[in-house]
This record gives sequence, C-alpha cells and structure tokens, in this order.
Amino acid sequence: MPALFAAIVLHDVSLAWRRRGSILSSLLFFVIASSLFPLAIGPDPQQLRALAPGILWVAALLASMLSLARLFAQEHADGSLDQLLLSPHPLALLVLAKICAHWVTSGLPLLLLTPLLAQQYGLPVSSALLLSASLLIGTPVLSLIGGVGAALTLGLRGGAVLLCVLVLPLCVPVLIFGAGAGAAADAGLDAMPQLSLLGACLALSLFLCPIATAAGLRISME
Amino acid sequence: MNDLADALQSDRATATGTARRWLAFASARRFDPLAGRLAPWFFAAALLLLAAGLYVGFRVAPTDAQQGEVYRIIFIHVPAAWMSMFIYLVMAGYSALALVFHTRLSSMMASALAPTGALFTVIALASGALWGQPTWGTWWVWDARLTSELILLFLYLGYMALEAAIDEPRRAERACALLALVGSLNVPVIYFSVQWWNTLHQGASVSFTTAPSMAATMLAGMLLMTLASWMYTIAVALVRVRCILRERGVLAPTDGSRSGSWAG
Amino acid sequence: MSNRPADTHVEATADRGLSARRLGFCRAGRPVFGDIDLAVGPGELLQVTGANGSGKTSLLRVLSGLLEPAAGELRWRARPVRAGESGYLQSLAYVGHTDGIDPDLSAAQNLAFAMRIAGATPSRVRVDHALDSYGMARTMSVPVRRLSLGQRRRVALARLALVPRLLWLLDEPLTALDEQAGDAFQAQLDAHLRAGGMAVVATHRALPAGGRFLHLGG
Repeated sequence: MPALFAAIVLHDVSLAWRRRGSILSSLLFFVIASSLFPLAIGPDPQQLRALAPGILWVAALLASMLSLARLFAQEHADGSLDQLLLSPHPLALLVLAKICAHWVTSGLPLLLLTPLLAQQYGLPVSSALLLSASLLIGTPVLSLIGGVGAALTLGLRGGAVLLCVLVLPLCVPVLIFGAGAGAAADAGLDAMPQLSLLGACLALSLFLCPIATAAGLRISME
Repeated sequence: MNDLADALQSDRATATGTARRWLAFASARRFDPLAGRLAPWFFAAALLLLAAGLYVGFRVAPTDAQQGEVYRIIFIHVPAAWMSMFIYLVMAGYSALALVFHTRLSSMMASALAPTGALFTVIALASGALWGQPTWGTWWVWDARLTSELILLFLYLGYMALEAAIDEPRRAERACALLALVGSLNVPVIYFSVQWWNTLHQGASVSFTTAPSMAATMLAGMLLMTLASWMYTIAVALVRVRCILRERGVLAPTDGSRSGSWAG
Repeated sequence: MSNRPADTHVEATADRGLSARRLGFCRAGRPVFGDIDLAVGPGELLQVTGANGSGKTSLLRVLSGLLEPAAGELRWRARPVRAGESGYLQSLAYVGHTDGIDPDLSAAQNLAFAMRIAGATPSRVRVDHALDSYGMARTMSVPVRRLSLGQRRRVALARLALVPRLLWLLDEPLTALDEQAGDAFQAQLDAHLRAGGMAVVATHRALPAGGRFLHLGG
C-alpha cells in the first residue's frame, strides 16, 4: 500500500514537472496577485504590514483554486481516469495520492515563496515564517476540499470558475484560522490556538475528503 | 414517501437494486397527485399564519424601550434566518437519502427546496440591513450571524449553479446531493470559525444577539412567522417538485395520470 | 433491440461467467438501449454490433460497472455485481475507445503504471514482452504524444497482456490499427479465449474469431 501511494505521487509529480508551464502559471498568479494589493491600497507601511497575512492567504487560496481544475482534467480527457475507477485498489486511497501530489506541485511552492513575498509588506521574518507554517498546514486542506469540487465539476463547461464558486465558501474556516494565525504572530500573540484549529481541520479533511472525492468521481463518470 | 407496498407489487422487483430503482418511480407516480392535493392547503395555512404573525408582531407586541419600532423587523429577520438554516439541513437529509438509497425523488425534493432556502437567506440579509441602518447607521455589519448567513447564501447559490451546469439529470441530482452533504458537514465548522473570528476582532459591541428581552408576545410572534414560513416552504416545494418530475422526464408533461417510461 | 439466446444456454453459462438480464440504460431521459439479455461463458466471445449511437460504448461501460444501468441486473458468476466491487474489478480488463494512456509519458512508463494501478507489481519483462508482441519494441521509450493514433492503440491493447484477467471488455479495438497490428490483436484474443477467458467486444466489422453476436439499435 505505501509503495502504491508513493508510486502514484511520484508519477503525478513527474507528469506535472513535464507540464511545468501550468504550475508556473499558478505560482506567477500568486506573485502577481499579492503584488497588486500594495498598488491598490497605497504604500503606507503600517497599513500594509497589518493587512499582509490576510492578503497573502487570500492570494494563496485563489491560486490553489485555479490550479485545482487540472487535478483530474488530463486523466479524464485521455481515458486513464476509467482505469483508476476500475482499479481493485480503494479509490479513496488513489485519490488521496493524487491530491498529495497536487499539493506538492501547487501548495508547497506557494508557502516556500511566502517569506519572500512577505518582504513587500514589511513583515518581519519571524512573522513571515509563522505565516508560512500556517500555509503549510492550511494549503493541504485547501487541496483536499478542492478535490471534492474538482471531482464534481469534472468535464463541465465553465469548470474552473464553477469550482471556485463551490469550494471557496467551504474554505472560509481555513482562511479565518490561517490568516488569524499570521496576524496573531505579527501582533506578538500566541498563534497556537489557530494553528491547532488548522490542524484539526486537516485531520478531519484527510479522513472525509478522499471518500467524498471518490464518490464525486463515480458520480461524474455517469 | 417511498411506497414499499408499490415496490413489492412491482413485477420487476427481482434483485434489490432493481427494486430500489422502481421504489423511486413508483412513489413518484403515487406522490405527484398527493402533492398536488396538499399544496393548496399548505398555502392557505401559510397565509393564515402569516396574517396572525404579522398582527402579533406589528400590532400586539409592545414597543421596545431602546430600539423603538424598528426592532419589529426581528419578526421577519429571525424566522427567515432560522428557516434558511433549517431548509439546508432538510436538503442535506434528503441528499443523504438520495445517495444511500438511490432514490431520485429525494434529490428532487432537495432541488425543490434550494431556491426557497436561498430566498430566505436573502430575506434574512436584507432585513438585517434594514435593521442595521436606522439602529447603527450602516447598511452592513460583520456580525457573526449575518456573516454566516452570507456564506450560507453562497452555499445555496453554489448548489443551484452546479445543478444548472450539469446537463445529465441523474448526474446533476447525485452531484448536488454530494455537495449538499459536504456543505452541511462544513456548516458547523463555518459557523464556529465565523463566531470565533467575530469575537476576536470586534468583541460583542455591535451584534444582533443583543436582542431585546423576549416578552411572551414577541416570542409568539416569531413562532407564528416561523410556522408561516415553514408552511410556505412545504407548499412551494411540493409545487416545484411536481415541475421537476416533469422536467426530468420521470412523469409525462400532461397530468400525472399517464405513467412515464422507466427511462427516467 | 433485444437478443434472447436460448434460456438453457443462459443458465449453463451464468454461474461461470457474465450474464445480464433485461439490461437498460438511458441518458438525459432518453433510452439508449433496453431489454438486453446476454451471457458470456469461459472461452466465449460476444461481438456487439450496431450503428453509431446505438449504445455499444454505453453497454460496455455498464458491463464494466462505470455506469449504473437504469434497469435490469448484471451478474458475475451468478452473483449480482455491485459497482466498484473489488472481486468483479479484479476479473475484468477494460479498453475504451479512448486509449487510457497519458501522452506525456512513454509507452513503457504508461504500461508500468497501468500494472501498478491494476494491482500488480510492475515488471519490466512483461511490459517489454507486451509491447514487443505489438511491434512497439523500438518506440517504447518515446513519449506517447509523438506516436501516431494507430501506435497509441497498440499500446492501449498491449495493456491486456500485462495482468491476466478473465473478462475482457473492448470498445472498438481495431480502430486505427493496420493489418499487422490487427493480426497481433486477433492472435492475442484467440489465445485468451483458448485459455478459458471471455470477451465482449464492440466492433463495426465482425472479427474473424467468431463467437456470438448482439446487435444493438432498431
């Protein structure tokens, strides 16, 4: 079982590397979006610093949503999704492996970039690192919840936007806790409550979302 | 609503899978005329309860010392908010039935309820704004309950958008059922996180929870309005589900006397 | 639209293979096919013919469990089939009219991954042998997007040789294949049937392997 999991993750990551154009696009979106806010709000350093955790979290959320549309798209187009559904292995496990691979190629680069982008907002390094920690726990939850949306909107026209419409409300708790952790860290307060709540969200979604995504895939194949 | 007797009499009830599929269609044929007969009664009940509720709320209940007459909007705002939450739970219940027992009628009931649920959410938000303006001078307040209502509206609209985007009716029903179920599991988490967010950032300074102390008449008024909304919801859902049954080809567009083909 | 083989035959093969009674499927409210009876036993081939749009693809997908039938029942070895049931899935191999291979990987990589998904440990030897039987030995490391349609079809069919499965469900296997690949496929199918396997094949033109026919469409 672990060998299968690792093999699927490796398979998807190497595929994503071959199509690295789309990964880089969503990363670029994250960078550009987070750079737009100072231009829109104004260069006042105190204001920007206060807003930084929220803005960076929203940009990360939107970038994750945009990249989720491709989670099952290629497999659906070339017919290999059928083979996944016909596999004797539990579909929830296969799906979890795919979502894990997706996070490695979309969520992980985001949180690695965040300390760099936080410099635009004058966020001190310690706060930026804690913000990245909140993204570390939070972005997998976004990928997991988004996986359900990706399964339900498989092959539909207007797919990516519809996916955002469906999934963004469900991601509100993660956004609140994640941005809250960043803000608390910057204010010198304890960020542990938020981080542990994020951890609870992660645990819950790790258990429920793959099952829901597998069910969604079966429904969408009809 | 699922008529077991009908299914047992059905000549195709060989394997359990087949019986379950016939469960849905058989009950649809039974259910449709029943729904048609019941709907007018529910509409009538809704009108009566609405009249009673409005009378109690706007005439009988005493004027509030602090907020004056404006507080009366609570008789619209609170029942609407309760109904919007309640309808979502009922939708989730029907969705669970639909996914577990493969009954199409259950998911059609959920689809029939969604627009009404969205309507109540909008009423709750609008009445909240109308309350906020004279009382606190702003049209919108990031109160925990209003914010939760806003997110609930997004959930309803997402459900309706997904339904509209899928052409194949069976896929639409099951996809929406899954979405409603996932959403309903999420709603407590959303509500908790919004509460937490609100208390952390604002404190309980401006809040709809600081409601005037409940006189018995006020409570009676709100209950009457809630019951009126409930009757209205049932009536509208019954009418809508009859339309849905015809739209999706389960029943013929003409009066449900002629049976539809098994091809649903 | 209905095909009712002699009931004795249906009873005889039912407990050793695939059988379906009064199978029906509809899409968007319109019936695609209905009232289909079929039975396939060990060593038997069932060829499904019919015009475009008569439901051949839908029938195969219903048989594989990817689609839920609107009516009727499907039985494998006399037991009703539940969608996603592991026992049934381990007995079948499905090749749809899309190839089911990823264009960014090579043929060998695709087949190795397919073995893993199918529940077996990838074996370089088996992959090489399968591709060789279809004449793909020289192009097995080329990314699939550089192969022609016919070559991709060969790779898709080569998948059948990787993991032994009792029931083959094939949708238009001969599409885009040239004569040489067609012969390789026939040989593979014959060997499968002789070894006791069974196959349901949707096809425009009749396969020389014979077997029984099921015609869809009025």
